[in-house]
Amino acid sequence: MNDILAELELRRQTARLGGGQKRIDSQHAKGKLTARERIELFLDEGSFEEFDMFVAHRCTDFGMEQDRPYGDGVVTGWGTVNGRQVYVFSQDFTVFGGSLSETHAQKICKIMDMAMRNGAPVIGLNDSGGARIQEGVASLAGYAEVFQRNIMASGVVPQISVIMGPCAGGAVYSPAMTDFIFMVRDSSYMFVTGPDVVKTVTNEVVTAEELGGAKTHTSKSSVADGAYDNDVEALIQTRRLVDFLPLSNREKPPVRPFFDSVDRVETSLDTLIPDNPNKPYDMKELIEKIADESDFFEIQADFAKNMITGFIRMEGETVGVVANQPMVLAGCLDIDSSRKAARFVRFCDCFNIPILTLVDVPGFLPGTGQEYGGVIKHGAKLLFAYGEATVPKVTVITRKAYGGAYDVMASKHLRGDINYAWPTAEIAVMGAKGATEILYRSELGDPEKIAARAKNYEDRFANPFVAAEKGFIDEVIMPQSTRKRVARAFAALRNKKLENPWKKHDNIPL
Amino acid sequence: MFKKILIANRGEIACRVIKTARKMGIKTVAVYSDADKNALHVRMADEAVHIGPPPASESYIVIDKILDAIKRTGAEAVHPGYGFLSENAKFAKALEDAGVAFIGPPAGAIEAMGDKITSKKLAAEAGVSTVPGYMGLIDSADEAVKIAGEIGYPVMIKASAGGGGKGMRIAWNDQEAREGFQSSKNEAKSSFGDDRIFIEKFVTQPRHIEIQVLGDKHGNCIYLNERECSIQRRNQKVIEEAPSPFLDEETRKAMGEQSVALAKAVDYCSAGTVEFIVDGDRNFYFLEMNTRLQVEHPVTELITGIDLVEQMIKVAWGEKLELEQKDVGINGWAIESRLYAEDPYRNFLPSIGRLTRYNPPKEVATNSMAVRNDTGVFEGGEISMFYDPMIAKLCSWAPTRLEAIEVMRDALDGFEVEGIGHNLPFCAAVMDHPRFVSGDISTAFIQEEYPEGFEGATLAPEALKRLAAAASAFNMIVEGRAAQISGAMRNHTRRVDPHWVVRLGGETFDTVVAEVAGGWDVTIDGETSRVETGWTPGKTLARAVVDGKPLTAKVSLGVGGARVRYRGADLKVQVLTPRQAELAAMMPVKMPPDTSKMLLCPMPGLIVSVDVEEGQEVQEGQVLAVVEAMKMENVLRAEKKAVVTKVNAKAGDSLAVDDVIMEFE
Repeated sequence: MNDILAELELRRQTARLGGGQKRIDSQHAKGKLTARERIELFLDEGSFEEFDMFVAHRCTDFGMEQDRPYGDGVVTGWGTVNGRQVYVFSQDFTVFGGSLSETHAQKICKIMDMAMRNGAPVIGLNDSGGARIQEGVASLAGYAEVFQRNIMASGVVPQISVIMGPCAGGAVYSPAMTDFIFMVRDSSYMFVTGPDVVKTVTNEVVTAEELGGAKTHTSKSSVADGAYDNDVEALIQTRRLVDFLPLSNREKPPVRPFFDSVDRVETSLDTLIPDNPNKPYDMKELIEKIADESDFFEIQADFAKNMITGFIRMEGETVGVVANQPMVLAGCLDIDSSRKAARFVRFCDCFNIPILTLVDVPGFLPGTGQEYGGVIKHGAKLLFAYGEATVPKVTVITRKAYGGAYDVMASKHLRGDINYAWPTAEIAVMGAKGATEILYRSELGDPEKIAARAKNYEDRFANPFVAAEKGFIDEVIMPQSTRKRVARAFAALRNKKLENPWKKHDNIPL
Repeated sequence: MFKKILIANRGEIACRVIKTARKMGIKTVAVYSDADKNALHVRMADEAVHIGPPPASESYIVIDKILDAIKRTGAEAVHPGYGFLSENAKFAKALEDAGVAFIGPPAGAIEAMGDKITSKKLAAEAGVSTVPGYMGLIDSADEAVKIAGEIGYPVMIKASAGGGGKGMRIAWNDQEAREGFQSSKNEAKSSFGDDRIFIEKFVTQPRHIEIQVLGDKHGNCIYLNERECSIQRRNQKVIEEAPSPFLDEETRKAMGEQSVALAKAVDYCSAGTVEFIVDGDRNFYFLEMNTRLQVEHPVTELITGIDLVEQMIKVAWGEKLELEQKDVGINGWAIESRLYAEDPYRNFLPSIGRLTRYNPPKEVATNSMAVRNDTGVFEGGEISMFYDPMIAKLCSWAPTRLEAIEVMRDALDGFEVEGIGHNLPFCAAVMDHPRFVSGDISTAFIQEEYPEGFEGATLAPEALKRLAAAASAFNMIVEGRAAQISGAMRNHTRRVDPHWVVRLGGETFDTVVAEVAGGWDVTIDGETSRVETGWTPGKTLARAVVDGKPLTAKVSLGVGGARVRYRGADLKVQVLTPRQAELAAMMPVKMPPDTSKMLLCPMPGLIVSVDVEEGQEVQEGQVLAVVEAMKMENVLRAEKKAVVTKVNAKAGDSLAVDDVIMEFE
């Protein structure tokens, strides 16, 4: 009996070594951790329950039958993050370069099915050379099985991908369909076709880092939502994100004890809006002064910086924040910022996360670049996302809310629950100068007259009271009491119930 | 007594004067420019009068505008503060003509002391010690040697028309005097076309020590002891103290009496300051007299218990001094740190903008210690580019100098300023500097001790360990809370392990933490420290008592750990599980990008133009780009000859600080 038990331990030891010590050393030499080390860091200490440790591939071509390591290049199972259940798979680059075989895919599919049944997030730690070429179409089939599950799980359980090594070709489409992608700087890259193919086909010379490194995907392509300096940091921050998210769409977001006063008054907010309407200010200051403990987890910090998205907590409960950033492009809406915010709003709505919208928007960015790029449909995405969202929606207009952009930014008309404005708000079709130039075109030759008209327009519309008269603004609030007012608004919306009419699914302008 | 006074100033000094006026039951009038519409002094005053656009030359120093404000409000007297019109004899005269009291000295005294040569002459006549020297012109090297011998070595040989160190030589003996005379003369001739030379005593290990005087309109004048202001950066005082750690009773008395003699010689009344330079042998020489309230007057108030502003107002009203010289003592020790909006890590570059956080330490006054903070700003206020970038004057008092230093250290650690760069870490570093603590300072202190600029203080191992113990305890509070999140699996909740590794300032501490009644026991290397704290996550000021001694540090959370500011050190701190630490040690060290070959945007702003192209060779001083920030165009020039390899920005781009504008080969 003892011998038999010892045999299990022996087999486990073999399995834990993955591709062997030499390959582990080489992984370390590249500044990367092994699949098991990553899981260890990501999960609560000692909480990992592994499945399919002894799975081996079934390929018999190219001499593969001689080499059938345990686990087949991916470690799967579940564990806890601060005591909450999550499913995890971690690709093992030391085994066949982490390449995806039929059985490798089956292991991933198994835990994804469990995650959906049991209502827990799936976290994928990607480090794979791609398809297992020796297996041919079986490997491709494996990818598609994973894709199908990504699609089915979307909106049911949160899915997070951390790219910690190569992720190329078809492999990119699994992370692409998850909710968040994080990358590790300098040691991870993602692309559909690599630099060699790019050179052959288009003659472009580009490095892997330039083509698909963390910087490219966080600032240019917006494929990734964040980047970290190394594996340890990336995993610690992913834990931090998990703490914001509900385990599934059947649950409300988690609640944590918090150490902040609900009615904290911030007098400094009374001077946040500069006297000069053309001078920017940092919207992040407002977010941090509203949030519990000034804790803000930003999503896509380096992309479309004219829009800020991320998570805060109010009274210990997760809230998604969408805010115009006047520091960049005056906080206008454009293709990139609309797409970024729309996806974020839809994520929050999927998972019952209330949305706080902070508005200072001068309108949509004009220009051929925008129109040719389809700003009409991209802008409509954000409009659509806000309009269909049924989670609690609280909006604060701090300064400008002009034109169509006013409508888009979680206005009352898009079923905003509580819409506040600061006394400094200007809710109008456009700025005074632009408006008078259209309304009084005949007087354009007379600058004095035009100035007087502009002043007149400003006095009438450059305030929140016209909108407040009509009930489009529920209340004009003092900037200093914003945290308290917003917190109370969300508290009052905790039992909100709103359902959209039945449909198979909507047809958002993709 | 006056019923209403106007303060012809702004910022902290206006607030300071208003406080005393209020105490005396006098109504106050503030004046303000466009830039100060929301300023603290405007909020504090009973009335406020707008006097024009932001530049001082169009508002605060326009005499007619002040006179107009007086007329409109019916103020009976004007306190000028310091700077602006405080030492303007014309202003004093104009007030006199208008029948309004000037809370300061008579115009004649201002005028007499305002001119360097006249004041020196008057001082010498009044028996004040001046720098020995030969004011006449010197013809030959022999004569130079003779005069130098009479003055006593070392001497400074100076070109009459000199400036910027040109035509200046220091001589320690006859031979150097002979050579120095010749080379100074040659240099002066070629540089200024004027080879007139004079010689004066060269003061070694100079200290800046000044005497506070106070006179009334009845011929009485006393001195209120000295202030030492030797800690200066480019002639800008940074730290002042009273008394001086250097003076003995005899020197103090001699300096005081000579100062009073000078004040009397010019019929001085009100508060004034006689500045001296003091050498290593306690020889002191007159520099100049400031006919106003000094910035650093609070340290004198703290050791004498006299409210100088109150005295000034009473004197202006015509009251006789209630004090005699024998009533003035020295009680304990006071230190002042001037907090400026300047970034010590960037060669003290002024940093203007919004104070997103401003949280000074609490003002206290007990028998054993006091903290005083004179300020004109508030959280959400603005440090404007138009005026002196002072944030506050933080003062400490205690019975002894070492205790006063300790009070100052704690006060600096407990001072929060965010949104702009500030010199808090620098002031804290000076407070911890052994040479400052010993009192062995001179006006060259900063230059000698920080020749390469300021890069943050290094903490002693003991201090680092205390900080590590506190960090480990704070981490338990953070992790303990994290484990209480809702939705955890029943019976499988996370148990927070007591072993944590603190990585701090390049050191690694293995800690074991245990919760005990009233705090945490943190064991490092077999030694256990007791950490008591009421800190909760989110508090940016971390206060704890470690082994009975208080510790205050400023904490800011960021990705990959937190930063702590403590005792002038700015350190990254990470608290990791032993396994995380083990694996983190394997992570490659990422060097920050080499910015020496990049042009970084020095401030958030808009690119007005990029004046070079990729591949272009640029010369030193050539314009590379223009950035507009706060309506000011800042021209960025090449520091050295280089080839532009990449241009990352174009006109119209809006950049954040440290964004890369272009790269060089």
